[in-house]
Amino acid sequence: MAINTDKNTYTIAFAAVMVVIVGALLAFLASALSAKISENERLEKQQNILYAMGVNENEGSGSVSFIGTDKVAEAFNTYIKDQLVLEGDKVTSNDAAYLIDLKKEESNEKAGKTRRLPVFVGEKDNKEFYIIPMRGKGLWDAIWGFVAVDKNMIVQGVYFDHKGETPGLGANIKQRYFMDDFIGESILNNGNYVGISVAKGNNDPANELKTDNEVDALAGATITGDGVSAMIKQSISLYKPFLQTIASN
Amino acid sequence: MGILSKKDAALILDPLADNNPITIQVLGICSALAITAELEASIVMAVSVLFVMGMGNVVISLMRNIIPSKIRIIVQLVVVATLVIVVDQVLKAFAYELSKTLSVFVGLIITNCIIMGRFEAFALANGPKRSFLDGIGNAAGYGFILVVIGFFRELLGSGTLLGIKVLGDPIEKTGLYAFGYENNGFMLLSPMALIVVGIIIWVQRSRNPALIEEN
Repeated sequence: MAINTDKNTYTIAFAAVMVVIVGALLAFLASALSAKISENERLEKQQNILYAMGVNENEGSGSVSFIGTDKVAEAFNTYIKDQLVLEGDKVTSNDAAYLIDLKKEESNEKAGKTRRLPVFVGEKDNKEFYIIPMRGKGLWDAIWGFVAVDKNMIVQGVYFDHKGETPGLGANIKQRYFMDDFIGESILNNGNYVGISVAKGNNDPANELKTDNEVDALAGATITGDGVSAMIKQSISLYKPFLQTIASN
Repeated sequence: MGILSKKDAALILDPLADNNPITIQVLGICSALAITAELEASIVMAVSVLFVMGMGNVVISLMRNIIPSKIRIIVQLVVVATLVIVVDQVLKAFAYELSKTLSVFVGLIITNCIIMGRFEAFALANGPKRSFLDGIGNAAGYGFILVVIGFFRELLGSGTLLGIKVLGDPIEKTGLYAFGYENNGFMLLSPMALIVVGIIIWVQRSRNPALIEEN
């Protein structure tokens, strides 16, 4: 039987049926997998937070290696002593603080509501870590991460990730050779909370100077690097009152 | 190739060499340029395109007699987009790490002109088996060039392969770097991908003069 595929009614019917089938297929798939996907995302957040405070499976100077997904939930309970939410001057403890969506909080602030700022207090080898989540803009899309500082405001570890930076260039912000450079840098300069900038000067390529508030940039990733600098600076200014209380204790 | 007739085998083998989608038909250049700064990204892209194109060609071929010609391009786009989203979602649920690497490519796969080109030129006029072979062949030809470009760009641009430092450490000055060798940062920028493609085209055509077009 030959169908006249040129008729308008056929074209419209075909399009309608196709949309219904494809829509149903995708909706079914999305709802069937959503529990599994959000579980993966939750574990990833815990892995990232722990990574910043040095709980990871990195070996030598190789690649980034998170703590295994089978162990992460337990490790998160062990190492993260407290999860705080800052709302204005109010500080509350909240076990689900790591699930707070930073992007949503940012738009809440624009809508005139108070922004909730999560911060995680970790403890490892009798040392306290304050882990601050960050979110900013890279060249193509969002970049985010976590920075762990001790009470002297010295960075103990960072984790960066990105949505769509260029592979081989900006995407390398999540490589260890970039992230490890931040360890040991101070976010203070003469008592001011200045953060750490990604500098192109090439004054210190091996990153031996730890007092200059600068790390060496990635070649070919200027805008992503500037995004990282801005992201750190902005997050630190948001958390400044909290960090000041910590530093003075 | 015992299972495949000579004609069918040609569907797979031609795009690998004398009818390569990138070097001969000069299609798919945009994604070849965008993601080949690293070998790993090239491989992920090659495998994804292989899957989407093999499946897509079969689906389009099965529907070829009922697709209204007025909206066939839209139908093709819907098929590619659906396949890519399905792959993306399944990976997110069962291979989360891999899915993060792939997420950058989702958009690039949908707009890959080779996929649409094969749907238009082949799957709409041929049966599912031949279309499948044609899809696999063209994706393999595309992927092969991608991997070659990725290999040279990562090796010469960053001194690494799949993230492993094969030429020594540029900061500690070990390996080749001890002799004053430097990475060529140009290799990481997109224009160098085109130059590498150009060199591949040059090599290929000087080996087989029949490929050179008459002016």
